[in-house]
Amino acid sequence: MKGFNQLNKAFESRVRLGVMSVLMVNDWVSYSEMKELLSLTDGNLASHITALDKLNYIEIEKKFVGKKPQTSYKATKLGKTEFEKHIDGLEKLLINNK
Amino acid sequence: MTETNKHLEDLTQIRTMMERSSRFLSLSGLSGVFAGIYAIIGASIVYFSDTYSNFISGHYSIEGQKNKLFLLIGIAAFVLFASLVTGYLFTSRKAKKQGLKIWDKSAKLMMSSLFVPLITGGFICLMMLNMGNFGLVAPFTLIFYGLGLFNASKFSFIELKYLGLSEIILGLIAIIDYGYGLLYWAIGFGLLHIFYGTLMYLKYEKDKA
Repeated sequence: MKGFNQLNKAFESRVRLGVMSVLMVNDWVSYSEMKELLSLTDGNLASHITALDKLNYIEIEKKFVGKKPQTSYKATKLGKTEFEKHIDGLEKLLINNK
Repeated sequence: MTETNKHLEDLTQIRTMMERSSRFLSLSGLSGVFAGIYAIIGASIVYFSDTYSNFISGHYSIEGQKNKLFLLIGIAAFVLFASLVTGYLFTSRKAKKQGLKIWDKSAKLMMSSLFVPLITGGFICLMMLNMGNFGLVAPFTLIFYGLGLFNASKFSFIELKYLGLSEIILGLIAIIDYGYGLLYWAIGFGLLHIFYGTLMYLKYEKDKA
């Protein structure tokens, strides 16, 4: 099926889809902001973040804001290109199935 | 077929998350409508008090008129305050309905892009009042408010862009048609707010509550 080979297994989970969508339109987004936007619990988000980081789709930055540690994320160029391909694939599949 | 539905849901999810994380969509159109009504009431009070006849020429002598000037600034400040409070109430109500926090990343982005031009303009207007140059205050408030809205529309509804442009154009006309500041104020902060507020309410809120 046309478009099918463009789908990326890494984006099959809803959480990863959400994380990437947010990072496509925002530069650095902190962990707490991400959690709030996606209405998620701690454990759930962390594992998906790790997976995306392993693929080099996102960048992670840790710093201190006052005394509190804060972790922020940003999509890499590779991550953005791969995600665009994935969206493109989804669209093609939908058009062909109409 | 379920496969297709999943893809469609994925795309919808992507779109929702992109919008929700970058645009402040809890802003309620009703806040605009009420701000407009307050502005028109405020402008009418000023118009029907004898203060205005002295003010219209733009050559307002400060001696002996200070109390009346304070009345004008007082009414303007009260209109602004009432608009902000009502706006906050309607917007937080809408955010609650949408299950969103009112003070999120997009709200911060929107507010900073609105208030940088607004505070700059406010400072210039205060300086002009201080120097006794009253005629340009009304056009300048409209222009800087318009610039702020135009800027903030990147992080909220597209209607804010058109409202901003309308305010800027109105402010420029008010400079050319010098001396009718109050009238342009009433149009810009009153009628335009009511018009765009109603438009936004009908488009985004009615039937979706």
